[in-house]
Amino acid sequence: MAEQTLRAWLLTDTPTSRRHAKLSALYQGWLAFRANTMAMIGLGILLALVLIAAAAPLLAPHDPYVQDLGNRLAPLGSEGHILGTDSLGRDILSRLIYGARITLYIVALVAMIAPIVGLLVGTVSGYVGGWVDIVLMRITDIFLAFPRLVLALAFVAALGAGIENAVIAISLTAWPPYARIARAETLTIRSSDYISAIKLQGAGGLRIITKHIWPLCVSSLIVRVTLDMAGIILAAAGLGFLGLGAQPPSPEWGAMISEGRRFILDHWWVATMPGLAIFTVSLAFNLLGDGLRDVLDPKAGE
Amino acid sequence: MMDTLLDVENLWVRFPTRQGVFDAVRGVSFTLGRERLGIVGESGSGKSMTGRAILRLIRSPGIVEADHIKLDGVDLLQKSEKEMREVRGERISMVMQDPKFSLNPVMTIGDQIIEAYRLHNKASKSEAWGKALEMLEAVSIRNPERVMRAYPHEMSGGMGQRIMIAMMLIPNPEILIADEPTSALDVSVQRQVLDIMDKLVKERGMGLIFISHDLNLVADFCDRVLIMYAGRIVEVCDADKLHDAQHPYTRGLLNSLPRLDAPRARLDVLSRDPEWSEAPSVSGRI
Amino acid sequence: MALTEDGGKGRARVSLPPWIKTTALTLGSIAVTMLGLLFVTFIIGRVMPIDPVLAIVGERASQSTYDAVFLELGLDKPLVVQFGYYIWDVLHLDFGTSLLNARPVSEDIARVFPATLELATLGIFIGIVIGVPLGVVAAARKGSWIDQVARVLALVGYSMPIFWLGLMGLLVFYGILGWVGGPGRVGIFYVDVVPSVTGLILVDAALDGNWDVFKDAFSHIILPASLLGYFSLAYISRMTRSFMLEQLSAEYITTARVKGMSEWDVIWKHAFKNIRVQLITVIALSYANLLEGSVLTEIIFSWPGIGSYITTALLSADMNAVLGGTVVVGLIFILLNIFSDLLYKIFDPRAK
Repeated sequence: MAEQTLRAWLLTDTPTSRRHAKLSALYQGWLAFRANTMAMIGLGILLALVLIAAAAPLLAPHDPYVQDLGNRLAPLGSEGHILGTDSLGRDILSRLIYGARITLYIVALVAMIAPIVGLLVGTVSGYVGGWVDIVLMRITDIFLAFPRLVLALAFVAALGAGIENAVIAISLTAWPPYARIARAETLTIRSSDYISAIKLQGAGGLRIITKHIWPLCVSSLIVRVTLDMAGIILAAAGLGFLGLGAQPPSPEWGAMISEGRRFILDHWWVATMPGLAIFTVSLAFNLLGDGLRDVLDPKAGE
Repeated sequence: MMDTLLDVENLWVRFPTRQGVFDAVRGVSFTLGRERLGIVGESGSGKSMTGRAILRLIRSPGIVEADHIKLDGVDLLQKSEKEMREVRGERISMVMQDPKFSLNPVMTIGDQIIEAYRLHNKASKSEAWGKALEMLEAVSIRNPERVMRAYPHEMSGGMGQRIMIAMMLIPNPEILIADEPTSALDVSVQRQVLDIMDKLVKERGMGLIFISHDLNLVADFCDRVLIMYAGRIVEVCDADKLHDAQHPYTRGLLNSLPRLDAPRARLDVLSRDPEWSEAPSVSGRI
Repeated sequence: MALTEDGGKGRARVSLPPWIKTTALTLGSIAVTMLGLLFVTFIIGRVMPIDPVLAIVGERASQSTYDAVFLELGLDKPLVVQFGYYIWDVLHLDFGTSLLNARPVSEDIARVFPATLELATLGIFIGIVIGVPLGVVAAARKGSWIDQVARVLALVGYSMPIFWLGLMGLLVFYGILGWVGGPGRVGIFYVDVVPSVTGLILVDAALDGNWDVFKDAFSHIILPASLLGYFSLAYISRMTRSFMLEQLSAEYITTARVKGMSEWDVIWKHAFKNIRVQLITVIALSYANLLEGSVLTEIIFSWPGIGSYITTALLSADMNAVLGGTVVVGLIFILLNIFSDLLYKIFDPRAK
């Protein structure tokens, strides 16, 4: 009964307060999202990934760093090593489980840096206009003109190999599209009547940007970030594969593939398993992103 | 009694949506002779859908159902898609609202008209070219040679719509459906386009279905009018007697329009009675 | 005051024909973008934790040699001047000397570039030939099984690490099935058999009439090229589909149907004609992305192209080579963009 009324309260056509309206919109979005099976699968995979990363020490059957040279390159389904062992006899499953932490770490950091930089540049550019706009957009274009991976390579070369530098390099190449989106949104919002109304009430530029423009840019940015996550994971794995991301003995998935590459013809599972892990996670992000886009930005769907 | 070109009986157009099936047209029946038949209604009343359903242009998931849609006694619904292509253009044609969108932007106007002709006539390119020139002249386009080589974006709205009419009439169809043909045009050229269309339709002895939201225009231009509301025909009357219409919806529409011959200080706001959409469709058959 | 200012501007505008202005603007923005590209690589070169002088003279050089080279490189000058030198050098296609083999970087790039070009071109060819029709059919039969297949193909393409798929391909088609040649451009017995004319080994072999080499080279290139082709196919088919859907809902399509046109002609003669321009942009973009994607693919297949070159240089801290490679790839990116803009103007009557 209580649940029924809560549902009714959430689905009302006549919200009684701003918070009520917000919650109601959120709930209806969730209902639409929930109906999308593929997106729910994506969400499920990502939740599982978070849980696995959080509970890695409990879930991993072995220490991911402990070598056992007597038992190296054990095949799939070996005793105690379901996914086999790598060239140093480390348990692949345990390394994959710990690797989830690294993947999430990279994804979270890039997701924090790139969209925020893009949002700042884009809104300032769009709101201030004039030569600020011209200069900022030129810079954005220059970064867009670069092939992303090659630019990231060059950055990592300058900064030195390592996981944090890989994150910075990926972020540096990832922000321009967000700036473009944020600028476009800002331009449409800026010229709308209600912004004029707020201006008449005496609101300054800073207040308008932070209180009125940013909140409206967020939903399109979230969709874009989710869809980009797959690309970010692949880029990070690519850098790891080239030996420019996470350094050994860290169980980063891309680096694991690189390690397994040498044995690909005789001991295929060493490189195959981490690849499957990368594929699953980036597929999950793509599915989730598609679903979110349908809910938050239905026009862009087709 | 004039001969019947088109006979539509109990036409339904349905669209399945997430909220259930939406009926855009609900049991519409009418006939068309060699006359100008107006279909009036507000947006969403199903008037455009009716026009497109006749040509079987409703794309899936939309569904068209009818007891029959007979063209010269032959049911169009029984035809295969291939046979239907023989009907489209050659026997029934359609002019759409805005020439900005209804002409292909990347093809020259000449190519588009010639294509319309050659789809239904075995003719060489040069023959078709000459025919197209003739047709452009018939819709009062000066300098047709230049227009043939131009692209649609170089034309004004009025020119575009005349080109559209030329293109649709070049295969010499028996019926023309004009779906809001002047709504996107400047008021100053609307009349001119209508006159050209009227002249050609009369000369060729065609039937015209004129779809519009503009009550006065239809009253002026057509012989007979169907008034549609919520997918149904609520009233059928002769155009010259439209101002004596009986149905409250038609009355409401008329009263919400300013009239020069009977000026009023305040126009009425149309109030809708849910019963209108429940009542059965009136037949527009003769 | 304001009046005279505006009047002056107005007059200046009138005196120039509009196309000169647009051309100047386009050239200006290209120049700025290229300058920006060089600035970024220049900064990366400066930030680099490698001493460029030491890299040339070696650890055991005397202080005077060190100082001489320091001056020769112009490192005592202000950064702006150094940047000027850098631009001057790049304009003369001088990217410095590779620290690995002491040869000019530009020569190295000229040597490795054809391999990448060959691979990427065959890749984009596969991507277009399959991707475009697939996208068109997926749009025309929206929701059909073909549409679903196209969707899954694209989704998998977007989610799969290219280097891993390459490894798997190598494992299956080379290791297990033995259908294709392994890593490298040709088998060991065919290396340097045909004279290098274009640097594209398939073309060189065909010119030489040496079909054994051609066959062998083809069996080597087909797997990496298909791999790249698949990734561009994923993108091209998706974009084609959404462009086509947009056009198919346009009113002129209804016009074409009203004319009595067959659905096939409606799709190809009307709708497809309208997406050509957008498609060109997408293809140029995915061609550029292929050059990038080839970095990882080249490593997997030991393909001696520019991707391998940059990566090898990177791992051995050969900065001139890395930056030279980056600049070249960046310039190709920009050129492809200009090229697609130009084609846009040619193919779209509205752009004239």
